[in-house]
Amino acid sequence: MKSELDSTRFDLRIIASWIKPGSKVLGLGCGEGELLSFLKKNKKVNETGIEIKEERARRCIEKGLSVLQGDINEEILDYPDEYFDYVILSQTLQQVFEPENLISSMMNVGKRGIVSFPNFCHWRLRMQLLYSGHVPVTKELPYEWYDTPNIRVLSINDFRSFAGKLDYRIVKEAAINMKDNNMDGEVVKFMPNMFATYGIFMIGKKKT
Amino acid sequence: MSEYIEHDKTGSSAGLIEKKFYTFADQSDEMILENGTRFGPITLAYETCGTLNPDRSNVILILHALTGDSHMAGFYTKEDSKPGWWDIMVGPGKGIDTENFFVICSNIVGGCMGSTGPGSVNPKTGKPYGIDFPVITMGDMVRAQKALMDHLGIEKILSVIGGSLGGMQVLEWCVRYPRMVISAIPLATTTKHSALAIAFNEVARQAIMADPNWTGGNYYSGEKPDLGLAVARMIGHITYLSDESMRQKFGRRLQEKSDFSYDFSADFQVESYLRYQGTKFVERFDANSFLYITKAADYFDLERQYGDGSLVKAFSEVASKFLVVSFTSDWLYPTYQSKTMVKAMKKNGIDVSFCEIEAECGHDAFLLPNDRLTGLIRGFLEGVFNEVRA
Repeated sequence: MKSELDSTRFDLRIIASWIKPGSKVLGLGCGEGELLSFLKKNKKVNETGIEIKEERARRCIEKGLSVLQGDINEEILDYPDEYFDYVILSQTLQQVFEPENLISSMMNVGKRGIVSFPNFCHWRLRMQLLYSGHVPVTKELPYEWYDTPNIRVLSINDFRSFAGKLDYRIVKEAAINMKDNNMDGEVVKFMPNMFATYGIFMIGKKKT
Repeated sequence: MSEYIEHDKTGSSAGLIEKKFYTFADQSDEMILENGTRFGPITLAYETCGTLNPDRSNVILILHALTGDSHMAGFYTKEDSKPGWWDIMVGPGKGIDTENFFVICSNIVGGCMGSTGPGSVNPKTGKPYGIDFPVITMGDMVRAQKALMDHLGIEKILSVIGGSLGGMQVLEWCVRYPRMVISAIPLATTTKHSALAIAFNEVARQAIMADPNWTGGNYYSGEKPDLGLAVARMIGHITYLSDESMRQKFGRRLQEKSDFSYDFSADFQVESYLRYQGTKFVERFDANSFLYITKAADYFDLERQYGDGSLVKAFSEVASKFLVVSFTSDWLYPTYQSKTMVKAMKKNGIDVSFCEIEAECGHDAFLLPNDRLTGLIRGFLEGVFNEVRA
């Protein structure tokens, strides 16, 4: 029998493993609430989600999740400082118009930020770029240049230096590869910027 | 709110329901109203549906809009031609499932649907109150409902739900009795009327008071100000619809004629419809109640009354979990007003969900069959009920 753990996306399971039980969690661009439901059930978190699409926000609320329909950049502003233990931006950073502002908002309302994104410097993408002469299209990044929502192209190394520049501390990180069904995967230890399809980071404020 | 007669095909009817009455605040124990006057006795009409569970943890309180009543669902008799005003939402297997919940719908003081209002007989004079009826507020309405809950032995309410003026009562409940209300669903509502909303109410009131039959509110022994009240209803009705819904429903179609009549009869379908709504309304509603209730809605202002001008402060003691819902085409209480309350709740760390439902039918959307609204309410209530029982 398939356990519930196996039917949750591998990257979300990694994120979930970092979350302390009973904490307050904000999920930005939470979709239909897959991660938040998982965290609510298995980690007994106090969840809030923000999702711009009415239908997806409705699905979340129908599941009993606390979710606000709205723009993450605006909705995140209204919370008290450090109200959440974790603010999660899963697979959305590459679509954010002003990443610096959003991450700084995340670190205002949350004690920790968790960010995941597809690694645009995976070797397959490099090869496609080099040999095909076309902008890469892969399983993780299935869009053509003219219909992609991904307006920010970044790699695992790029995020690391970005965090450093903004003075955030990297608390945890994982570079992963997901299998075709997205349910299985592996942690990439060797040359992650070359061999991992996704990067996941937990960041915190620098201690002053 | 408008009147609709659609049934919900997804659930069965709530069945036969009896209108009940509770009278309190008699001579020895009059209620002190927000305007400072002592008032009593007060009767509230209410109806219940479903079964109260032994630990009294499944109570839902529904509050109705301006011209609604306690008859939320089901029928009074087998011969009734139409069910209660929210029959699409309340009943076995429906969004507010009466198999799980004990649902109470309370009328309001100041109304004319069985509760004490300006048309009721003043025991001190033996005549209807008329304009001697005290000006009541949303707070007075809710305090009277609280007395009803006390009478019914209910200490905690799983969810208080209402749209429009009912939504204002929901908000007043949450602010006034924060420890009693576990969750709340304010629909298509606001924390204070905009100038636009007050303006429409004022035009409606002026229509009533300009009717020669109104005679300073003392019309109960003679002709009633039916024309004024009908016009008031027509004005209100327009604000419940939308440009799009009126275009679809009426367009510029003519009423049973192929050309203009070149007089002032009802040429257009929309004219005929409004006239019909107006005349139908005067059969069931008291003009003075319309004045009192619209005034209470205009006075309603959470931030002024509870927050010294700050809505964030007004919500500071609130502990309920919220589902706030607005509708895209509602121009009477537009989405920005719901967002304002959501923002103030978030600043207080209140657990709130918000959804703006895409709907073309204007403010009335909350009364019309809508699977999306039904799904939201059902899911939210299940979640809250599970948390309470956990």
